[in-house]
Amino acid sequence: MTKSINITLKVWRQKGPHVKSGFETYPATDISTDMSFLEMIDVVNEQLTLDGKDPIAFDHDCREGICGMCGAVINGRSHGPEKGTTLCQFHMRHFSNGDTIVIEPWRAKAFPIIKDLVVDRSAFDQIILAGGYISVNTGGAPDANSIPIAQEIAELAMDAAACIGCGACVAACPNASAMLFTSAKISQLALLPQGRLEAANRALAMVRKMDELCFGNCSNERECEAECPKEISISNIARLNREFIKAGLVSSVK
Amino acid sequence: MQLDAKIPSGPLAEKWDKHRFELKLVNPANKRKYTIIVVGTGLAGGSAAASLGELGYYVKNFCIQDSPRRAHSIAAQGGINAAKNYQNDGDSIWRLFYDTIKGGDFRAREANVYRLAQVSNNIIDHCVAQGIPFAREYGGLLANRSFGGAQVSRTFYARGQTGQQLLLGAYSSLMRQVAAGQVSMFPRREMLDIVVINGQARGIVVRNLITGEIENHAADAVVLCTGGYANVFYLSTNAMASNVSATFRAYKKGAFFANPCYTQIHPTCIPVHGTYQSKLTLMSESLRNDGRVWVPKTPGDRRPPNQIPESERDYYLEEKYPSFGNLVPRDVASRNAKTQCDMGKGVEETGFAVYLDFADAIKRDGKDVIQQKYGNLFQMYEKITASNPYETPMMIYPASHYVMGGLWVDYNLMSNLDGLFVMGEANFSDHGANRLGASALMQGLADGYFVIPYTIGGYLAGTDRPEITTDHPAFKEATRYVTERTRKLLSINGKRTVDDIHRQLGHILWEYCGMSRNDDGLLKARKLIQELREEFWKNAMVPGSSEDFNQSLERAGRVADFLEFAELLVIDAFERKESCGGHFNEAYQTEEHEARRDDENFCHVSAWEFKGDDNDPELHKEPLVFENVELTQRSYK
Repeated sequence: MTKSINITLKVWRQKGPHVKSGFETYPATDISTDMSFLEMIDVVNEQLTLDGKDPIAFDHDCREGICGMCGAVINGRSHGPEKGTTLCQFHMRHFSNGDTIVIEPWRAKAFPIIKDLVVDRSAFDQIILAGGYISVNTGGAPDANSIPIAQEIAELAMDAAACIGCGACVAACPNASAMLFTSAKISQLALLPQGRLEAANRALAMVRKMDELCFGNCSNERECEAECPKEISISNIARLNREFIKAGLVSSVK
Repeated sequence: MQLDAKIPSGPLAEKWDKHRFELKLVNPANKRKYTIIVVGTGLAGGSAAASLGELGYYVKNFCIQDSPRRAHSIAAQGGINAAKNYQNDGDSIWRLFYDTIKGGDFRAREANVYRLAQVSNNIIDHCVAQGIPFAREYGGLLANRSFGGAQVSRTFYARGQTGQQLLLGAYSSLMRQVAAGQVSMFPRREMLDIVVINGQARGIVVRNLITGEIENHAADAVVLCTGGYANVFYLSTNAMASNVSATFRAYKKGAFFANPCYTQIHPTCIPVHGTYQSKLTLMSESLRNDGRVWVPKTPGDRRPPNQIPESERDYYLEEKYPSFGNLVPRDVASRNAKTQCDMGKGVEETGFAVYLDFADAIKRDGKDVIQQKYGNLFQMYEKITASNPYETPMMIYPASHYVMGGLWVDYNLMSNLDGLFVMGEANFSDHGANRLGASALMQGLADGYFVIPYTIGGYLAGTDRPEITTDHPAFKEATRYVTERTRKLLSINGKRTVDDIHRQLGHILWEYCGMSRNDDGLLKARKLIQELREEFWKNAMVPGSSEDFNQSLERAGRVADFLEFAELLVIDAFERKESCGGHFNEAYQTEEHEARRDDENFCHVSAWEFKGDDNDPELHKEPLVFENVELTQRSYK
């Protein structure tokens, strides 16, 4: 049932990188429980604008949980407390009248803050460009059905490929590790016969790049898996580790 | 001015091969001397930048998001068509071509559409080679499903996330080229103007969205892959940042805008529920494979769906269109939903919704099968509406989703401005007046992987271009214009937020230029848009400064363009005195309320030329010549 609630927001406000910053408190009144969390911020921003204040900067785009652009830490939880949900798909019906909600950006050394809730996640692109692809040029591919792939393997690869690159795993990890993100891509491509040829070099290159970019190590806290809006499994991290160890033995690249 | 589409001569099936042979080539050693700007990193832009990089060109690739992996192609759910005929059900290149031409209500070019059908098969091959985890059968071969407007199963898919997987495939190829130094990425940049020198597109002016800095970039050719303008309706299924600005800036610099009134209203979206609503969510058309669309037979029947007996339900699509049933094309399904709701048979509190019911499919195939096919879509529906579609029927209503109109391009995908190529949803070329489901992904990737790599070489090898740098006065002029416009936006100091004005624009267009249109309404809309535009420049409120990260300023610039573009959309709709596909003028309909075309007078592309802010645009017509298909009244009965 639709109803309206009044809540209080404590929002991290930061004008730019390395600027002294802190929480600001804003009331959000008459919020319909059918609103998404981002629509609630829209309403608050409309009011801030009309009051002559600077609206809260936050990244968002598709608002249907697939682009990976949005994300913030809500009451200590990446994308809010709802399992398997991005912030844009998280609705105000999960709150009650009078609640106070704390909103913070992703916090990780590898994701510097740009403004308010907006962070720089280009480190993820750097990891992919270290080897998150199959080296085929356009035009030379054989018929798509020439390599049959068992349905269960294709489904496992799809499970890993569902990653939206939002960065919630890094924000949730006490070490700010990017292992879940990196392992999802390594897994997807290592599972498929097309990706096997480069699996060893890919694992070495992507893991090295990840370390270089100041992401932390994995210490099996499993926070990443718990917070991932696409429910990417940490079994991918196990697969990454296997690929990485194997690669150390066989790869020509050391 | 006579528009020359440069369609190659000869039999339809041989045109592309012949043309590829006739196009001039650029020597491999010379390719690295050429710089190509690609704006946008969706399926068209990402695939183009990657393929051009692979060929050896130096590519500068721009996007407004923080990473090229987030372009709105990522949200496409259902699938991608190809004429593989893996199902042995009678498909062929010719059938995909014919279905697309007919689905577009005979308002697309035969030659372009035929080429699209031809290269569709190469796309699937390439995507599999990239490691895209398409759905497979138990035997390991690729699976297919059906989509609207087709009686064969030719749609390849990756659960309900096909767009995401195809885009991440293009993105991975793109990243490989970035690593190789062939492509430089410029994320968080918004194109604000295009630079034309001696009649040739030679560069762009962009705003760095983090620092606010205005940057100039020069090149030998510019490729716009900046998507569609469905957000002109405010509420649409498009991403929040999707806009018309890049193509509209090009229009103001002389590129013709074609068929802006061809807008697609998608039949299966989650209904509107409040004024604060920021966007509408699509439920994939693939759901119509198993879902049955119905409304109560009696207007005003407000009983819960499970209390309405079978005999009192109106399965209006199955009734009216027995051969295609729930899988009629999008424009037909949307208009019928509107008709039912206008008759008072709509459901939900607002009366603006119809049911999409899976009860029979669940009974027939079991919940597990349905879950495997549509699990993530059902989950998304439940998240948004807090209602479980396994138990109660979904409620859906049409929403603005895609636009067939866009910048005019010839067979080479080049606009009337030399050196300005336009691809994907940003051009007008392949879908006529209505796009079939699973064809947008096909077109974006066809343009980027398999058309532009050939045609851009022909252009570069076949033209002379003076050496220029960003010191050229044309860059200075464009920079001055952009800076001045930004200054103006920030100094309006009015009382209404930009979103509020945008919302009003959306209401005007939805009311008078949406699913059904008439001359009086269009005239009224034009006046209302002019008034609203005037109000925007007097009363909008754009906070902040131009020298930092300012999302309010970004939105203001886009809405300012929408306010100008909306008028062009309405002018085009008024000018087209017929109904076809997504353009339905009430004065032109058959006795059964289907769109009635006027092939004698309107079998043409309407391409509009900008004539200055104070003048009406000028219409140029490109006649559509059909040599291979017979123009018929579309029938899905």
